[in-house]
Amino acid sequence: MSSTALWKRGLILMICAWGILAAVPNLFYTRVEQHNDAAAAIAAAGGTATPDQAAALAEWPGVLPSALMNLGLDLRGGAHLLAEVRVEDVYKSRIDALWPEVRDALRGLRDQVGNVRRAPSPEGVLRVTIENPAGMAAALEAVRGLGSSVVTLTGVGQSTLDVTSQDSDIIVQLSEAEKRATDERTIQQSLEIIRRRVDQAGTREPTIQRQGQDRILIQVPGIGSAQELKDLIGTTAKLTFNAVVSRTTDAGAKPGPRNLLLPSVDEKGVYYIVEESPVVSGEDLVDAQPSFDQNNKPSVSFRFDTTGARKFGDYTAANIGAPFAIVLDNEVISAPVIQSHIPGGSGIITGSFTVEESTNLAILLRAGALPAEMNFLEERTIGPELGQDSIDAGKAAGLVGMVAVAVYMIASYGWFGMMANIALTINIALIMAVLSTIGATLTLPGIAGIVLTMGMAVDANVLIYERMREELRDGGNPRRAIEMGFERAFSAIMDSNVTGLLTAVIMFWLGSGPVRGFAVTLGLGILTSMFTAVYVTRFIVELWFDLRRPKAIVV
Amino acid sequence: MAWRLRLVPEKTNIDFFKIQWLTFGSSIAAMVASVVIILVMGLNFGIDFRGGTTIRTESTTPVDVGAYREALSTLGLGDVSISEVFDPAFRPDQHVSMIRISAREGEEAVTPAVIAEVETALKTVDPAILFPAVESVGPKVSEELITSALLSVLAGAAGILFYVWVRFEWQFAVGTVAALVHDVLVTVGIFSLFQIKFDLTIVAALLTILGYSVNDTVVIFDRLRENLAKYKQMPLRDLMNLTTNETLSRTIMTASTTLISLIVLVFFGGDVIRGFVFAMILGVILGSYSTLYMAKNIVLMLGVDRGDKPKKSNKGEFADVDA
Repeated sequence: MSSTALWKRGLILMICAWGILAAVPNLFYTRVEQHNDAAAAIAAAGGTATPDQAAALAEWPGVLPSALMNLGLDLRGGAHLLAEVRVEDVYKSRIDALWPEVRDALRGLRDQVGNVRRAPSPEGVLRVTIENPAGMAAALEAVRGLGSSVVTLTGVGQSTLDVTSQDSDIIVQLSEAEKRATDERTIQQSLEIIRRRVDQAGTREPTIQRQGQDRILIQVPGIGSAQELKDLIGTTAKLTFNAVVSRTTDAGAKPGPRNLLLPSVDEKGVYYIVEESPVVSGEDLVDAQPSFDQNNKPSVSFRFDTTGARKFGDYTAANIGAPFAIVLDNEVISAPVIQSHIPGGSGIITGSFTVEESTNLAILLRAGALPAEMNFLEERTIGPELGQDSIDAGKAAGLVGMVAVAVYMIASYGWFGMMANIALTINIALIMAVLSTIGATLTLPGIAGIVLTMGMAVDANVLIYERMREELRDGGNPRRAIEMGFERAFSAIMDSNVTGLLTAVIMFWLGSGPVRGFAVTLGLGILTSMFTAVYVTRFIVELWFDLRRPKAIVV
Repeated sequence: MAWRLRLVPEKTNIDFFKIQWLTFGSSIAAMVASVVIILVMGLNFGIDFRGGTTIRTESTTPVDVGAYREALSTLGLGDVSISEVFDPAFRPDQHVSMIRISAREGEEAVTPAVIAEVETALKTVDPAILFPAVESVGPKVSEELITSALLSVLAGAAGILFYVWVRFEWQFAVGTVAALVHDVLVTVGIFSLFQIKFDLTIVAALLTILGYSVNDTVVIFDRLRENLAKYKQMPLRDLMNLTTNETLSRTIMTASTTLISLIVLVFFGGDVIRGFVFAMILGVILGSYSTLYMAKNIVLMLGVDRGDKPKKSNKGEFADVDA
């Protein structure tokens, strides 16, 4: 009986062979993982390998596939955070930064509007009172002139500023279009900074994704706790260079207007009074690297961009002999005296750092500050031991489930049950192969999905075999019974699997976290089980039938 | 003839409608009872849906719930539940408990300080205690999770309704969905009755039950459609009995292979997914029951239009596919 065309048989065989080959690396997970890590490290180092790396590389033959299923946080251990970015923070700083510009613009119109002053207003709104309301029209025009047009897909032509008047007040806020554009930028910037900070920490395969309007999902396997992750991404290294007014040991000293009293990091009980507005700030920084100073002590060298370099150069030229403070997160790291004019915009921060501290400081300086604060809506920590327990549990359940179903199938359908079991094994291999190839993440609910698929995958075989039995009972010859069994059962298999697939798609589409992981393996399992139960089983049964040519068959 | 394990005799002739008012009536009663129980007792929502924090503890010394509770009582945490977790896969000296702390009113972000306090307090009771998992969900997210969970179950049911309607007749679609509602409602009712933790994974289980139950029902309907074309004169009631008897072996067979894998998961799958597996087991049993006794009853009540040409013959659009 050869009702399956030769080319089709070839294709089926090839898919099965690929599935088994691509699933195999997962059986040697640690070894392949080390191989992959070594390969990545060697590629990053430009092709040179250390002996350790070469040994790890040799652990797994390069000709074999080496893609692995990613293990989810619940299996590997790690931290999960869902953060909401407070995008409104940015409105406030934008609007606050606008006040000097507005003031200057209105000063030019003093003869029309009189004196101007900033009136109290909610955050993100600038309220300016003008002395002479008669000049309101001119004032509004001047302030509107400060806005530029928004460049977004939907808001082209709209102004960035929304300027209105109320009695003698001018009210300025960001226009809706500009707010949306700002939100977009804030989120993108936050994503980028988080990604850089997490990457710098060198953990494996972190997930950093935007979710919805203003949320960011961060999953980092292998990190100790959610708190550690928050510390990593939340630390804002705010570096400024401020002019020093005086040095004191009095913690209660009054710094005076527009000055700050800041503690020193190195000298206990010493405080510096510095000017509040910095000479240069970390935003002007383009690079920071850990290095060593002339005394071979760990330090951080940095470089400013053109604006920063000019400001820094001008300031040092004008203040030779005066001390200035290097301030990091409101603490004075050091307050050297300016020895000479420093042109070119590069310098070095010395202090009593360890090598590790100077490295971290350089990373923090390079990554920059988050543009807005974040609220953490969801945080989960899973320890690596619990993850390993879950992997063991999943393996045990998978193996025992497989054996139980296989025994049951043989008891019920004899040799035909055995053939269905071969198809079932290929099915599991195919699920793992596809998961590895598309780089999907396997979670504990995902394993449950696979185990459940084993139970449900044989359904198609059951349908086919039951149909064969009926055909045999009705007196059909073996060849016809087999053919009819496959053909007649197909419509039922199709209908039942489409509805199953439908629910898997809906779960993936609407669900989150554990539901998604489950939906992926369940949906994949339905697809691969259709292939194995219908095509692979048929292939095996036909092959057997052609070889043995039995006169009668018992299903 | 070679020996075969058979749960169902080769030829059965069961009248599934003989006690139809009893079976159908008890299904309706179970559904009504489930609604009442859910309304009266409510569901024991996990932090996914209620907001709050769960801390999993693990120690080599036995869990002393009383001592834990006492240690935490001074912290003013409000609603705290502590339960010991058992699992056949645990090592003899592995003692695990789950501590659940409800979210406090008006707290949007999760407070790590509280978690640190709890951990310190527990360490004074048992210095060897470890915290393998700590999870917090803010109330804002949990509200959204409830909405999306409800939406996904509804969308799942709607999708199935539509598919069955297109592939079969509308009476079949109504019967299928009635069976689905029955399965899901009674499962949730049982979760409410025994106050089993209801979280996101249970919603996934409910959706899988939808998929399983519809699978079961559709296979019978598929055969019914075939028989409708084959035996034009047979009364619908007899035809349904014939169809169900023909497919009974398969219904039982598939239910048992699925149950085998689920029972294996109960024993070996670890405690994290136990609730999920329990929901699935309920669903498979209920799904098989509703297929046999619920869906067809409704189709019988609604009747099927048996004109000379059935709307769709058994040579459906897939029958011509060269398999």
